[in-house]
Amino acid sequence: MKEVELNTTTINFGPQHPAAHGVLRLVVELEGEVVQRAEPHIGLLHRGTEKLIEYKTYLQAVPYFDRLDYVSPMCQEHAFALATENLLGINVPERAKYIRVIFAEITRILNHLLNIPAYAADIGAVTPFLWCFEEREKLLEFHEAVSGARFHAAYFRPGGVHQDMPEGMEEKLFDHFKTFPKFIDDLESLLTNNRILRQRSVDIGIISKSEAIEWGCSGPVLRSTGVAWDLRRSQPYDAYDQVDFEVPVGKKGDCFDRYLVRIEEMRQSVSIINQCLNKIKPGPISIEDNKITPPKRNQMKKSMEALIHHFKLFTEGYRVPAGQVYSAVEAPKGEFGVYLVSDGSSKPYRCKIRAPGFAHLQTLDHLSKGHLMADIAAILGSLDIVFGEIDR
Amino acid sequence: MIRILTKIDGINNVLENNNLLEIGFDKINILKIFNQLKDNVDLNFNQLLDITAVDYPSREFRFDLIYILQSLTKNKKIILKTFIKENEKIESITNIHKSADWYERECYDLFGIEFINHPDLRRIMTDYNFEGYPLRKDFPLTGHTEVRYDDLEKKVIYEPVKLTQEFRNFDSESPWEGMENRLFGDEKSSEEN
Repeated sequence: MKEVELNTTTINFGPQHPAAHGVLRLVVELEGEVVQRAEPHIGLLHRGTEKLIEYKTYLQAVPYFDRLDYVSPMCQEHAFALATENLLGINVPERAKYIRVIFAEITRILNHLLNIPAYAADIGAVTPFLWCFEEREKLLEFHEAVSGARFHAAYFRPGGVHQDMPEGMEEKLFDHFKTFPKFIDDLESLLTNNRILRQRSVDIGIISKSEAIEWGCSGPVLRSTGVAWDLRRSQPYDAYDQVDFEVPVGKKGDCFDRYLVRIEEMRQSVSIINQCLNKIKPGPISIEDNKITPPKRNQMKKSMEALIHHFKLFTEGYRVPAGQVYSAVEAPKGEFGVYLVSDGSSKPYRCKIRAPGFAHLQTLDHLSKGHLMADIAAILGSLDIVFGEIDR
Repeated sequence: MIRILTKIDGINNVLENNNLLEIGFDKINILKIFNQLKDNVDLNFNQLLDITAVDYPSREFRFDLIYILQSLTKNKKIILKTFIKENEKIESITNIHKSADWYERECYDLFGIEFINHPDLRRIMTDYNFEGYPLRKDFPLTGHTEVRYDDLEKKVIYEPVKLTQEFRNFDSESPWEGMENRLFGDEKSSEEN
């Protein structure tokens, strides 16, 4: 029998490592410095969200969605709100749709403003991180103004949004997004033609069109390969069919393309927000059926019926007709879907969350094969991994 | 599209619901069905979005196994559903859709459904050496064990869950609408009517 000498080193990466973007444990098999196999061990942040939701009413389930991908909270509430509305068979008012689109896009910018500099930081640039966090703070103030919370907003609720935007908010948003594109230019001047960034990301972690589809990739990862697939365009929800925007695509599907797609998506988001601000009109912000959305506080002071509705909504909740539905939104990271099964009671019978990062992380072994160990940090950063949604 | 789908061997019924097709199929033909769904140019369901299950403990076929597929060329999503018994196994579709790998592992981990010919069927979400299948309806919400760092033994230890207060699951589902207006001691009134 021929004896074969294996000359590989197996190392453990994480679960506590700044480049792992959370609690990722990787078992990496190296030959010299070249990666032969990278096996992610996930689940270290598993909190049983899906199980918990089965014991909560539909309204109580909303905050769990903020805590999945904690970098882009509102987009996930959006998916759950759409799924529930779909089962209830209701249609939210026009103003609520526009508010949702505005804040979903703000969330998208927030997400990319974290991912891009974190990616840059992984491969050696520190300044963008500080710049972007200042911008993020400004955007989070808008989050706070409408919902009272910077991150865990619980703002998009089945039936509409929680409350109307405060007075003068539209002008403030308008003013902010007049100057924001300048910031994207500044950010690009630091990164796009930076020699180090290019050397670390061009031709690293290439995924082809067919592979990306095969592996279930979506969002910027899929678009970077040249597939112009965007749920906002192909299966529009809320007011996305009312706005005009472009879907940026890459050519090669490497880390650099993913970075470029995200930069361009921020510009498109600004354009979407501006269009929505021009089109939005005063009106109700949630459906006016007190069987689903709670009555106004001042009504409750006077009307017995309003008081009863309020009590019933916050104890039992509303009942949702039996059925199943799968609703997906284009979250900043890709297709975020909610598969909801109702048995006719006021609690979901089953709520399966389809997280884009789960599919993306699965490709890591494929993407990193043959690259250097240091490139794993770059690939992880470019995939936009957040463990809240992967481990659920 | 519905016509082409119903022609495939093993597909029992196709339901259209909110721009989403719900399909029931026989699990014996699973590989054939998924191959056809992927390769048929008129269908071209090339992306597997998710695999999950729903537990109905009272039924003989305990689990609904759900596959969500998407066609990027036809811009369509379908939900495929089959029924499976508790200790029954089902063929893995990892040879057809690569992304099924982790989805099936997750399904195995949380529901205990085994997939035949899966390359690496291990737990994925739960802790190393975890016991039980958490998303089954008979698994308690609080779980069975909890962990803490023991200062004397200088290591993390597992203990049975101790709750200072029992988990409370309020049944607030009194009739919200259509209440039968029957009062205690007033049973006769309805008999007379």
